[in-house]
Amino acid sequence: MGSSWLGFETRVAVRFLREGRLQTLLIMVGVAAGVAVIAYISALITGLQANTFNKTLGGQPHVSIRPLDDVVAPARLPEAGSNTISDSQPRAQRLRSVANWQSLVPALERLPTVAAVSAMVSGGGLALRGEATQSVALSGVELDAYDRVVKLREKVVDGVARLAPGEAIIGAELASDLGLRPGDRLTLRTGNVSETVRVTAVVDLGVRELNRRSVVVPLRLAQSLLGLPGGVTSLDLTLVDVWSAKDFAQQLRAEYPYRIESWQETNAQLVSALNAQSVSTGLIRAIVLVVVVLGIASVLVVSVVQKRREIGILRAMGATRGQMVRVFLVQGAIVGAIGSLIGLVLALLMIAVFTALVRGADGRPLFDIVLPLALALQVAGIATVCGVLAAIAPARRAAAMDPAQAIRI
Amino acid sequence: MAAVASNGQALIELDTVCKSYNIGKPNEAEILHGLSLRIARGEFVALIGPSGSGKSTLLNIIGLLERMTSGEYRIQGAPVASLDDSALTLRRRSTLGFVFQFHHLLPAFTALENVTMPFLIRAGRVSPQQREHARTLLAAVGLAKAVDKRPAELSGGMQQRVAIARALVLDPPLVLADEPTGNLDTASSDEVFVQLRRMHGERGTSFVIVTHDPRLAARCDRVVELVDGAIARDEAITAVVEGA
Repeated sequence: MGSSWLGFETRVAVRFLREGRLQTLLIMVGVAAGVAVIAYISALITGLQANTFNKTLGGQPHVSIRPLDDVVAPARLPEAGSNTISDSQPRAQRLRSVANWQSLVPALERLPTVAAVSAMVSGGGLALRGEATQSVALSGVELDAYDRVVKLREKVVDGVARLAPGEAIIGAELASDLGLRPGDRLTLRTGNVSETVRVTAVVDLGVRELNRRSVVVPLRLAQSLLGLPGGVTSLDLTLVDVWSAKDFAQQLRAEYPYRIESWQETNAQLVSALNAQSVSTGLIRAIVLVVVVLGIASVLVVSVVQKRREIGILRAMGATRGQMVRVFLVQGAIVGAIGSLIGLVLALLMIAVFTALVRGADGRPLFDIVLPLALALQVAGIATVCGVLAAIAPARRAAAMDPAQAIRI
Repeated sequence: MAAVASNGQALIELDTVCKSYNIGKPNEAEILHGLSLRIARGEFVALIGPSGSGKSTLLNIIGLLERMTSGEYRIQGAPVASLDDSALTLRRRSTLGFVFQFHHLLPAFTALENVTMPFLIRAGRVSPQQREHARTLLAAVGLAKAVDKRPAELSGGMQQRVAIARALVLDPPLVLADEPTGNLDTASSDEVFVQLRRMHGERGTSFVIVTHDPRLAARCDRVVELVDGAIARDEAITAVVEGA
């Protein structure tokens, strides 16, 4: 006759748990509460970080490549053996193009870590409509490539994003300040050059100041307005893995003579804040897990004491120490698994309550909180493993029990 | 004292077995003093003696639930002193059945599940044939209608009969019973004893029964009396009054 793996252990574990219904219920509620807190906090922080991330970085490249700054070279090299005191005033930086950008773009696009590359000309200018004048940040781009980097089309709140010659996309605040709607005309001026463009779309870039300053125009128009014919002031890159940006920028710096910056370097404070949040979440998760483990362990220890006689009988009937250990490990696993499932349902309810009750001034949820399947499975898996780990000490105690003593009790 | 000679093949043999507790401590106590005992296949032995004489300790040693301090112990000719805990457990599973004084059924399982538990321990599952075998045994001890009842729903005598069926389900050559009627009234006690004798008669299983009841001891085939950790009397009983 073939043997059934864990058949004895599972049957006895389930009966032991059913027999001590109140204890089992309490322990499962404990696990469920722990898992619910962990899953909810994780989902909340993930949602909050994703929201912060999108709001802050949604309009930014992961890596940007710019020409090196102009530096002042000393007029005369110091003579050997002499000390020279000199003072150099930094140069005013003129608008310059990234050298050889046309050949650099396809080379970068071939790299497997790079998802998209967009060339851009950017500089300051004025937007004029009627009596109104507003200083703006001009960005000249190829729309399709730029959209792959900053997902501009997703940010359109009015009109249709299009950048044919003579067309422009503007930020929502700027549209409001100048009373512009898609189809209206707007004059852009830089130095002595002026161009009139038609607004095709209004976009919400997530940050008010960006919305007030941004004007996106075709690359050639910006080159013409900013006096940089054929040139680009930066190459913007989107990477497959956003968190690899820092290392990738480092790697590019070793190969190319440009000023190359990752989003982490440009947003050091944000990265610190996100890290602090992640560490705090990790700590909360760890502490809750410890509480869950201690809860399961303490209830199972009591169960071992209560079940001394049964353990003795089973041992006398030929159950090995290993089998008795596994009976309690299976109990821990069952409690962990069922408690986790209940906890995940609770977490979903908490998320639903949060989404329903906590809303922004516009009546919409502050940000999306979702409990990803991978996160749910991870939390449930960890809780189940913790259930088994928590059962180790009680299980060893059960196995160490002398059957003759246990039966006499 | 010499063991009673038996014509049968030796099932268990204990030779100058000593058992001490709290060894090396001020309260060290030797409970069994160089005890020798041989039980043959098919014997029905009563183990009697006053409280504290070492009956339960001897039964636990025979049942591989406790280790002796010194001496020799062979089951079916094979020494067991050097076996590790796991091997002892397997040996116990294959050779011995137990009936305890306080019934000691598993309260979370039905009578039938209690009886099939040794199969579950052995293989992790219970086949339909094994379940049927257990039902037959329960019917044989008069519990055909109580198979699905939990221990709490059964009387003391019924619980003890379930324990007898459980002890016999793997058909072990030896069943050890520690005061199996100690907690029962006279009628239930007789009923249980009749079942034990019947199983012995039908299956040829050896029984070692610890009892304080001289009336029951007198109905066994052989009486071994322990006094102060040594065998004071070991004699065959010729006139057995069966079914009294």
